[in-house]
Amino acid sequence: MIRFVLRRLALMVPVLLGLSILLFIWVRSLPGEGPARSLLGTRATPERIEAINEQYGFNDPLLEQYLRYVGSLLRGDFLSSIRDGKPVLDTFFDKLPVTVELSLAALLFAIVVGIPLGYVAARYQGRAPDTAVVSGSLLGVATPVFFLALLLKLVFANWLGWLPATFRQTPGIDATQVTGFAVLDGLLTREYDAAWDAVLHLLLPAIALGTIPLAIIVRITRASVAEVLQEDYVRTAESKGLRRRTVARRHVLRNAMLPVSTTIGLQVGLLFSGAVLTETVFSFQGIGSYLFQAISQRDYPVLQGYIIFIAIMYSLINLVVDLLYGVIDPRVRVST
Amino acid sequence: MSPPSHQHGADVLTDGRADRTPVQGDQPLLSVQDLSVEFGLRGQKRVRAVDSVSFDIRPGEHVGLVGESGSGKSVTSLAIMGLLPRRGAHVSGRITYEGRDLLTASRAEMSQLRGNDIAMVFQDPMTSLNPVVPIGTQLAEVVTRHRRLSKSEARDRAGDLLARVGIPDPRRRLKEYPHQLSGGMRQRVLIAIALACEPRLLIADEPTTALDVTIQAQVLEVLKELVAETEAALLMITHDLGVVAGLCDRVNVMYSGRIVESTTRSVLFGEPRHPYTGGLLRSIPRLDAPRGEPLVAIPGSPTNTLPWTQGCAFAPRCAHVQDDCRTDPPALLEHGPRMLRCHHPLDGSDGPTPGGGSAGARPTAAGVADESAYRRPTEEDA
Repeated sequence: MIRFVLRRLALMVPVLLGLSILLFIWVRSLPGEGPARSLLGTRATPERIEAINEQYGFNDPLLEQYLRYVGSLLRGDFLSSIRDGKPVLDTFFDKLPVTVELSLAALLFAIVVGIPLGYVAARYQGRAPDTAVVSGSLLGVATPVFFLALLLKLVFANWLGWLPATFRQTPGIDATQVTGFAVLDGLLTREYDAAWDAVLHLLLPAIALGTIPLAIIVRITRASVAEVLQEDYVRTAESKGLRRRTVARRHVLRNAMLPVSTTIGLQVGLLFSGAVLTETVFSFQGIGSYLFQAISQRDYPVLQGYIIFIAIMYSLINLVVDLLYGVIDPRVRVST
Repeated sequence: MSPPSHQHGADVLTDGRADRTPVQGDQPLLSVQDLSVEFGLRGQKRVRAVDSVSFDIRPGEHVGLVGESGSGKSVTSLAIMGLLPRRGAHVSGRITYEGRDLLTASRAEMSQLRGNDIAMVFQDPMTSLNPVVPIGTQLAEVVTRHRRLSKSEARDRAGDLLARVGIPDPRRRLKEYPHQLSGGMRQRVLIAIALACEPRLLIADEPTTALDVTIQAQVLEVLKELVAETEAALLMITHDLGVVAGLCDRVNVMYSGRIVESTTRSVLFGEPRHPYTGGLLRSIPRLDAPRGEPLVAIPGSPTNTLPWTQGCAFAPRCAHVQDDCRTDPPALLEHGPRMLRCHHPLDGSDGPTPGGGSAGARPTAAGVADESAYRRPTEEDA
């Protein structure tokens, strides 16, 4: 198992190297005039722009710039934002809890709603509940995140006024920071009103962000359950006279979860990209909204650093999912 | 592998039987009357898999249901268990268990009966166990469902049951997963699961077809012993008359969804009258046949049938076929000690014994001597 983990970690090196090259080229090919123009505004003189470009070395050959960048990464220097001068590493980890909390909430929503819906659809295959679930998931997967986010905000916050429209917590609420996870902090410090406030603020963004993963989980669960229901061991379980609940949980879902768990790992990438839009719409000060600003301002160091961090997290999460797979399926347990 | 010994857990399957009311001799435990099963979703043409099948099983009796693939034997057993798909399967007729109608029983009633009163061993041990649940749990869950036992008691019982079906080191095996067990071992586990609650009726659907021939004999032996021990009635579904010869009191031979011959084992083996039964018997390889002699087969395939409404379904493959077989559906009628569905039954000259032209002419009692020739070698014989 340790060998398996090490091998997977080693495989990340070429992936990250390739990613860093692509990223480097990509951020520099963004349309517009580069970071100096964004920084100084439309009325800046060519001389001042030239000075900035010279200062950051943007006039050097690309290869030289790239090697310099990799060199600083290897020294552990992730550079600082061109825009606000803050170190990329610091802001990333400051903002991480916001995005992780939102993503976890979205994933929780997707799993808790998606698996039962997928199960019901498979059980009633071809009948009304199935049709409803399948068309709903098609709609869900086809709705752009930013559109759904704006729609939810408009209906539930602005029109109905049931839920807050922006921010992680009501501004001015005196919440103690411990971990940076608002809900968790509220629970840890026994400031339950703050925790509840954070939960209310999370609801709409989590639903907006979780809808596409939800739709995908529903689809995979439905297909997987439908397949498992045909298996001989489900018939064996039924021949034992087991209660429906036991058959569903222990025999059907446990097996049907195998492909679903892999999908859930892959959703993490979707969550990060969705967070960029969701956080922007709901004014969450997380990685997503910061990345959004970095894109619009051509903040090269932030873009490069953040996306590499996200890629590392994504790989690690999928490694963990693969290891967890062995917990559900004894047949693929990696030998130690 | 050693045959299961009687020492450990010999009493496992016999305790708790005292509270059961004994059933009077001739009252059937299970009665299947006029059972028909058709498949087909709405709007599609229906296919009739089982066609007016009737038979009884008395308490403790061992009944064989014999036929080739596609003859409707498995569908019959699934109909009894109430395990046919809810959509697309149309069941008619009556199935009564101890006087209770199983076809009209509620879901809850059926799930009370299944595993407790009526249990089933399935054909393929490789796919019939849940791959991601330890076998101990799969065994214990049926016990906790139907008996008031604590978790640890159920686990103990699961261990005893594993020992009883001849699995060495049962305590350790409880934690293992199906993929860690061989096919024979898995079928033993499935037998243990089926007999865990000492059912009154065990349905075994070709329990040995997926196994190696050597393992077949062992598994059959385990099944036989446990059925005898628990005094369960047995419905043995098989295409192998060799299995029937060693196990069953009565035999129903099915062809294309209908019973074509039904009688006691000794009558059937001594004097098969339906050409299909005769063909099945002749196709069993015999140890006393001369070397190099080609094996006998029934010509054609089971898909080559005539619809029963137009005549005899076996007619296209039958060596005795005559004109009326293709125009006139034969009825299941009493012919001496048997029920037979044939216009032109075998008269004995085509008896099952190769070269033994007189076999069929012998009195039926002599048939008992005959059937031993078809029995599979078992460990008892060794």
